[in-house]
Amino acid sequence: MTMVYDDLGDEAAEEFPVRRIRFTINGSKKVAEIEPRLLLADLIRRGVGLTGTHRGCDTTNCGACTVLVDGKAIKSCTMLAVQVDGREVTTVEGLATASELHPIQEGFKQEHGLQCGFCTPGMMLAAKALLDRNPDPSEEDVRWALSGNLCRCTGYQNIVKSVLWAAEKLRG
Amino acid sequence: MFPSRFRYEAPRSLDEAIALLHDGGDYVKVLAGGQSLVPMMKLRFASPDLLVDINNVPGLAYHRADPDGSLRIGALCRHADLEFSDLLKGTQPTMAAAAPLVADPLVRNRGTLVGSLCHADPQGDWASVMLALGASVVAQGPGGRRAIPVADFVTGPFETALEHDEIAVEAVVPPAKGVRAGGYLKLERRVGDFATVGVAVAIETSGSTVTRAGIALTGVGGSTIGASEAGAALTGKPLTADTIAAAAELAASAAQPRTDHRGTAAYKRHLVSVFVSRILGGAAATSGADAERAA
Repeated sequence: MTMVYDDLGDEAAEEFPVRRIRFTINGSKKVAEIEPRLLLADLIRRGVGLTGTHRGCDTTNCGACTVLVDGKAIKSCTMLAVQVDGREVTTVEGLATASELHPIQEGFKQEHGLQCGFCTPGMMLAAKALLDRNPDPSEEDVRWALSGNLCRCTGYQNIVKSVLWAAEKLRG
Repeated sequence: MFPSRFRYEAPRSLDEAIALLHDGGDYVKVLAGGQSLVPMMKLRFASPDLLVDINNVPGLAYHRADPDGSLRIGALCRHADLEFSDLLKGTQPTMAAAAPLVADPLVRNRGTLVGSLCHADPQGDWASVMLALGASVVAQGPGGRRAIPVADFVTGPFETALEHDEIAVEAVVPPAKGVRAGGYLKLERRVGDFATVGVAVAIETSGSTVTRAGIALTGVGGSTIGASEAGAALTGKPLTADTIAAAAELAASAAQPRTDHRGTAAYKRHLVSVFVSRILGGAAATSGADAERAA
């Protein structure tokens, strides 16, 4: 990966040193040299080059940038990249294997859980965090867990159905 | 959007963190959950020279009850830890009611109760809850620790009594002298929006008598508002339709709401009274049922 920053001259570079971090993303180990002000969403999108994590509102409202950090669903526009040093990040690209969709992705396909698709990666990761914690959620549990993620197309009905579909599939 | 440049330190101990605050210069901020600070830095409302990230300091991610019944919430205890806490259920009704209403589930995975107190946003839920409960904040600085009652800790909008080289390390809810009851109600236009009105009620009862009552208000003034007269009006009395109505009225008159896009001042003031009545009515019904079972 390559991050390019303004050359501030030696003095400023000493005051604002670039930091080296190590982290795991979708099972793959990475090392990065970053400015501390870089946001996690930008490390993922511009640094690693995984653009499935979307920047929607950029103001901690919409949840399109949701990823998992050590299994917890968080808004990657509201966490500094430097804070994932030593941690494990999962993005939407980490859900499917080369040959198979993740049951949550299959659920969104089966139940028509997306229209434009912009909010979908965030929805899926918030759903994954829910199903990891609670494999048998009620409809209300799903609505509660997704309440930090905005969708402007679907009216949420089919998203909720998709997650319930995935929950059933995962329970086997 | 991204913040302006800052120096970043992630110390591994409180002493190290406090030393960084002490020597760090004019504008240093502590980063815990960052769910208010990072958005403010992105908008350049906050541009600290130095950010002291305490997330790597061990021993701060707890909430636990002491043998005497007081509850301690560490600086890295996330809202979600409290939302899913078995400890709060049954013992801390006001906190248990508030935890799932803070921001949204994703923010609750990062944000912290103590951080919310330090941010001192008039719209913050926890300051009202902690004020109603008579809680304190424990601040640690180079000279040691001191406990600051929340009533004195929040000194104004986004202002606290913390010194520049102090870190709020925990919040402490004192033990109940009676049986706890109460709750938190919030009207928001959608999940994650700022509160139109929030009301925290924390009472303790002995038999049918209220032995302690705290009522505090979110989002209806320039700062968190303690409706102390409303609380005092309940103390020593049973919960009846009359005492509840009187407390609701006093709480509404303590509110200093402003008309804005979320509602008129009169509407917000009315909601305060409705929420106080609802919470106290619920508490009266529960304690009545308990009394019947005991008899």
